[in-house]
Amino acid sequence: MKTEPFVVSFGPQHPSTHGVFRMRLTLDGEQITDLDMVIGYLHRSMEKLAEERSFTQNIPFTDRTDYISAMTGNLAYVLAAEKLCGIEPPERAQWLRVIMSELQRFASHSMAVGFLANDCGAWQTPIMHMLRDREKVLDLFEMACGARLTTNYMRIGGLSRDIPPEFMPAARKLIAELPKRMDEYEDLLLENEIIVIRSRGIGVLPAELAIASSVSGPMLRGSGVAWDIRKADPYAAYDKIDFDICVGTNGDVYDRFLVRLAEMRQSIRILEQALDMIPAGPVHAQIATATVQPEGVPSAPLALRPPAGEAYGRIESPRGELGFYVVSDGGPAPYRFHIRSPSYINLTPLKEMVVGMTVADAVMILGSVDIVLGEVDR
Amino acid sequence: MTADLSGLDLGQRIQQKFPDAVVDARPEWTEVRADRLVEVCTFLRDDPELNFQYLSSLTGVDRLDHFEVVYHLLSIGRNQASTLKARCHDHENPEVPSVVSVWRGAHLQERETFDLMGIRFRGHPDLRRVFLWEGFPGHPLRKDWLNFPGGQMAGLERFPGEPGGKLEGRG
Amino acid sequence: MPFDPSTGSGLRAGPILAEWYDLRDLGNAVGAFLDWIRDQGAPDWVPYVVSGLIGVVAILLWVILSQLAFIWIERRVIGRMQARIGPNRVGPQGLLQPIADTIKLFLKEAITSRKVDRALFWAGPVLIFMPALAVLAVIPFGSGMFLTDLNVGVLFVIAVASVNTVAVFVAGWASNNKFALLGAMRTVAMLISYELIQVLALLGVVLFAGSMRMGAVVDWQSDFNTWVLFLQPLAFIAFIIASAVEIGRSPMDISEAESEIVASYHTEYSGIKFGFFYAAEYIAAFAVCAIIVTLYLGGWTAWGLEEWVPGWLLFLGKLYLTFFLFVWTRGTLPRLRIDQLMAFAWKFLLPLVLLNVLVTGAEVLIWREGDLSAGLALPIFGAVNAGLAVALILGWATFMGHMRPEHRAKRAVLTRSWARYITLHRPRQTSP
Repeated sequence: MKTEPFVVSFGPQHPSTHGVFRMRLTLDGEQITDLDMVIGYLHRSMEKLAEERSFTQNIPFTDRTDYISAMTGNLAYVLAAEKLCGIEPPERAQWLRVIMSELQRFASHSMAVGFLANDCGAWQTPIMHMLRDREKVLDLFEMACGARLTTNYMRIGGLSRDIPPEFMPAARKLIAELPKRMDEYEDLLLENEIIVIRSRGIGVLPAELAIASSVSGPMLRGSGVAWDIRKADPYAAYDKIDFDICVGTNGDVYDRFLVRLAEMRQSIRILEQALDMIPAGPVHAQIATATVQPEGVPSAPLALRPPAGEAYGRIESPRGELGFYVVSDGGPAPYRFHIRSPSYINLTPLKEMVVGMTVADAVMILGSVDIVLGEVDR
Repeated sequence: MTADLSGLDLGQRIQQKFPDAVVDARPEWTEVRADRLVEVCTFLRDDPELNFQYLSSLTGVDRLDHFEVVYHLLSIGRNQASTLKARCHDHENPEVPSVVSVWRGAHLQERETFDLMGIRFRGHPDLRRVFLWEGFPGHPLRKDWLNFPGGQMAGLERFPGEPGGKLEGRG
Repeated sequence: MPFDPSTGSGLRAGPILAEWYDLRDLGNAVGAFLDWIRDQGAPDWVPYVVSGLIGVVAILLWVILSQLAFIWIERRVIGRMQARIGPNRVGPQGLLQPIADTIKLFLKEAITSRKVDRALFWAGPVLIFMPALAVLAVIPFGSGMFLTDLNVGVLFVIAVASVNTVAVFVAGWASNNKFALLGAMRTVAMLISYELIQVLALLGVVLFAGSMRMGAVVDWQSDFNTWVLFLQPLAFIAFIIASAVEIGRSPMDISEAESEIVASYHTEYSGIKFGFFYAAEYIAAFAVCAIIVTLYLGGWTAWGLEEWVPGWLLFLGKLYLTFFLFVWTRGTLPRLRIDQLMAFAWKFLLPLVLLNVLVTGAEVLIWREGDLSAGLALPIFGAVNAGLAVALILGWATFMGHMRPEHRAKRAVLTRSWARYITLHRPRQTSP
């Protein structure tokens, strides 16, 4: 019987490629024999645009790379710029950064897990449940900085403003009711036989391949490597907080599910500690040296002119290691602004994970990589 | 805390193994000769004391008369990080050996650097443009792309609101 | 069916009168109307044709109204299951939403791509609408309320429902679209497998009732004061699952697996042609629920309650409850992959229903030959079948490996030290 390979183009318009992402799959019946990834539909040349804007003007760009977790994007860039300038933000700012990052991690993982279950076919029920909690987190963000999604909250040297007095009680109230929700989600999602058989053994990524492919985040931890930048290279008060790293064993889609759900629980734990331990104080460092703030210039922190040099700042974003490589030549704008985006690099082993699986599995595997096209394409 | 392995120490270690590979060694980075890149990287990955098995980031910088390819390396086992650079002096058609054979994670990052900067990587299995389409004129992240009048580059001269001459452009 | 006046006590509604105002049999009203026509002096064939027409129109009207109602019910119910409200803007409480949907579908531009096979493209929606309606012709809605009571009702139902398969493939092929073809092929494979399960599950009912006439099955259930559900639990479960697959509802809505192949065989259809597919899904669901209610849940009888409440109301109530079960599973469960679905049919359900037929046949034989009384035999058979169902399902699941640790839930490993590899155990990759 003569068979012919069949090339199917998944996307760019497709209900479940999480954005404008195109996979050209070569199928043999239902099995995939080859995969070619076509991206760039959302390329907005952020790295080039950033060279024409001052360091503080670039902070909104970092919201829009990974638009689902804007706070962590802000934080990574601001960390890199602070390394470059040698500025140390005050205590309260560090703790608030931790709080915002963990709230953002919770919201981002809610989306990721919800949409992964949706790819499994559960007709938006898990999404609706998990977005309930994400809405409350976004309400907190709105209280803090006025925006739900593109927060633009961090500044080089601290935060843009302090939290309003109603933030703390609202946050405590939210955290009190989250563990019960997490129990519900774990029961509904992890114990469900259909989800188990749809995701166990699918898209296995061995640990050696993961490290060699520079994969990071829940994908790496799902494969069994306990590497979390919050523990290994702590930034912003993470060294004073007690939490665990969540690791999977098999490296399949189910393990990444597990890791994300467990990380949501750890986020709740971190938040409980941070809300208790946060000190009072200023939220922005005083930056007023002659080299840094020229005269006649609108006030710092807008007019930050770092010394010539370069810095690479990395954080653990919900998708993996988000790093910013910033090179300065002493001018107002960065000389080179490079975003090391986890979603883009996590796509490196996609072909190895997908070849040999069926079309339905390819959708699940892509969902478990948890890409955000803004970050992939920049 | 991830220890930043000083470029001086790294430079020394590389110097011991490959006597003429190191061009420059500073605390922030180590610069290696481009043609010895693959050997040095293999050594960095396989040496049990350095153990740089993880390539954090690979990118290029356009320094007007030469290109720099910057490698940020990370050792998961030893929790140390370091920076490696390689220069390429040909500004028209820069070419650097590819490290895909050493770290697979370089695959997509080298494609991106090729696409946006134009640096070709010798030995890359599938070097094509990734964000832009085939036939796109030029490589956008180069400083001389879209040559402005007077040879001026993209950038900012002064802050918005700072008194002075022109706002945009540089050099 | 005549009621025995010696049963019951006190006030009772009594047997169904042949008067037009006895609503327990709507056929009386129709009969009175036909008598009136005959009295007006019409030729003999007129009442005959008119009665057929009234039956057809009544079924169509009911189906369309129910479908409109259920579009609303389904969306609201699934909305509540998803912690949200559901449509509530169009009309009071969103009640006019189905009408808005229908108007929208009518007014949409029916785009037909140039490369499709014209005749087949047109035939697809028509073919898919037809079997569901045809099945409704043999269902007894109440006492004496059916369009036609075929001697081979059950066989007719299964045979006509198979036309669905052809319709799906015609639609997918005519679309000239790779996704549509992929979806159509998947759907046809699925439908064929589960038809087999349906037939075998129905065999149990036919064995007990001794006849393939739908009315006879209802009468049997009423005579012996029992529902076939209690006598055939395994077949009931298998039939419900197989029917869910046949009508393409979640968790087996692979044909509509939006997240994988956009919309499968009806990707290319838009406008009213898509409306036909959409409506046919609901009508097929009603047809299948009607079959389930008639054959397993006692039809329009309910242990004597049909003396008080009109039988057709009971029938509709049971039908809507069964449909609610389908809506519930749609809102709750994710979707199986096609090869897992087929494996489930051939490796899990098929042996179970075959065993069920064997055991049922043995029971009927013992009953007839042993000349046992119904009051003794049926409870014993019911208990035996129920126990067998539980044992077989659990036992077969264990045998087929569904209870292995790989299918159980687990939790992530929590650790404090970084850079540790957890030893990977190489999992068995599920066969593609």
